[in-house]
Amino acid sequence: MSDPRTTEPTNVSTTVLGADEIILNMGPQHPSTHGVLRVKLKLDGERVVDSECIIGYLHRGVEKIAEHRSYQQFAPYVDRMDYVAAVSNGLGYCEAVEKLLGTEAPIRARVVRTILTELQRIASHLLWLGTHALDIGALTPVFYCFREREEILKIFEKYCGARLTTHAFRIGGLQYETYDGFEQDVKRFCDDFVHRIDEYETLLTENRIWVGRTKGVGILSAADAIALGVTGPVLRASGVKWDLRKAMPYAAYDQYKFEVPTRETGDTYDRYVVRMEEMRQSRLICLQGIENIPTGPIMARIGKVLKPPPGEVYHSIEAPKGELGYYIVSDGTTQPYRVRVRPPSFINLQAFDKMARGSLVADVVAIIGTIDIVLGEVDR
Amino acid sequence: MANDPSEKDSASKTPASGAVGKPAAEKPVEPSQAPSAAANPSAPPAAKPAAPAAPATPKAAAPPAKEAPPKPLPLDNELVQRLKARFGDAIHEATLDRKQAIVTIAADQLREISRYCRDDEKFDMLVDLTAVDWPKREKRFDVISILYSFAKNERVRLKAHAGENEPVPSVCEIWPAANWLERECYDMFGIVFEGHPKLTRILMPDEWQGYPLRKDYDILKQDTDWVRENLGIESGQ
Repeated sequence: MSDPRTTEPTNVSTTVLGADEIILNMGPQHPSTHGVLRVKLKLDGERVVDSECIIGYLHRGVEKIAEHRSYQQFAPYVDRMDYVAAVSNGLGYCEAVEKLLGTEAPIRARVVRTILTELQRIASHLLWLGTHALDIGALTPVFYCFREREEILKIFEKYCGARLTTHAFRIGGLQYETYDGFEQDVKRFCDDFVHRIDEYETLLTENRIWVGRTKGVGILSAADAIALGVTGPVLRASGVKWDLRKAMPYAAYDQYKFEVPTRETGDTYDRYVVRMEEMRQSRLICLQGIENIPTGPIMARIGKVLKPPPGEVYHSIEAPKGELGYYIVSDGTTQPYRVRVRPPSFINLQAFDKMARGSLVADVVAIIGTIDIVLGEVDR
Repeated sequence: MANDPSEKDSASKTPASGAVGKPAAEKPVEPSQAPSAAANPSAPPAAKPAAPAAPATPKAAAPPAKEAPPKPLPLDNELVQRLKARFGDAIHEATLDRKQAIVTIAADQLREISRYCRDDEKFDMLVDLTAVDWPKREKRFDVISILYSFAKNERVRLKAHAGENEPVPSVCEIWPAANWLERECYDMFGIVFEGHPKLTRILMPDEWQGYPLRKDYDILKQDTDWVRENLGIESGQ
């Protein structure tokens, strides 16, 4: 099937060519674009002069679907946006609707949510690390990363029956109590995991090839990052110490001690270091969480039919990829009037052009990997 | 759900937790259990002027079913006063909904107000830019920009009303982040942003007809149109 978009010129600047310039098309079916991202590159020799991302191949119109579902019915859909961090999506959505309702999940539910969301962050970062390293040519880490990620998915499966699109949380709290042995499983994983991160680091952190391929590649200054609305580890690697878990704590994050790692240059290597440290911090949050899960109810009293009072709310969380926000408008009925998702991948991907200009073609692969996008979330 | 291994265990712990949507809590959360500071942890500190009222909320929220619906309250903090002093009539209304600040402004002043917010009020990041369609209203679109200030750690929402064929000034030159966001707005609502460097569809195919997130765009439109065109029958959905 021919896609009309592949034949039409999409950007004036990429169609006017200098004497030595060529256009190279990457994707939408390319292993290193992590899904269906298409990038058009204007090259001068091996240097990227201009670039354009063409997205929308995975657009499913979730924001439209939301207007035709009840608040509860829409909850499983959000898992299908950033499908490698479904738990985080669910947390953001449930908390946003709770805020719209003017209620809050009980403390026990919030603590369990925090633990699961941090496990999800580790799982998401592991997937990023494995595939990012694979893109650059390090074959080994992906096997180790998937091994550890599997342990996290097993915990999810034991908890709610699903591994990826978990729908782990409900509006108002949790559907399920934690299973017997939940704390032990999380503890076993955390105790084991600290050695595993050390292992990954021996493979990569001082590896000459890895450093050569990532240092100084895809530099994004702090000013540019803020102007482009970039959030999450990409922003922190550029030297902005900002994390929504600290800035505007939600769930039970205000109860736990953790550091927000930052770096200065904002290159691909820095983003690698930041995410590695974030996994260590997430592990610490999980350990603090299981130490004392408060007893009590897991569901707030919200009733079966949700009719939030008319009004609107914006709520965002620190998802593994950045600020994931939900802007929900209620007209007082059982269905949301409008649900807008602020997708971190979409907005971070916009910085790709800035990062890629002037770099080599081979580095484009590293830059796509380092932004850590999930096309399901970019296109929604 | 019945296959869920944890179902049995959870059922024994809390009998009600198996039923969808049914609150497992047999009694409401004790106010003492919910620390007052955590009552609305991520409410933007834009709500600061209303802070004295905040400690009362957890108690009031204890029986949520009986709680009066939160109404948007008029907001009159220093930011709003400064905005009003500078832009006068262009600031239509300032409200506080669920402790979040919303400033309704004149659409034609969007760029000036945005620039002022960025440079003078230190709202350095454009978090999101989106729209809401109210087809029955005279000016059917709300164009919403959510701004964040790192220095103040607060958010503010600028809301501008725009009619169907009324261009809205682009804020791309103020925040480059607006580029794709405005394209998405154009793609989904057909709102034209004046001064945008390249206002084309972003998520939908270029030749797409209509604007999917408008309220009068039926969710089955694409299916029914396709069936009518290609099969020559009504889809019956």
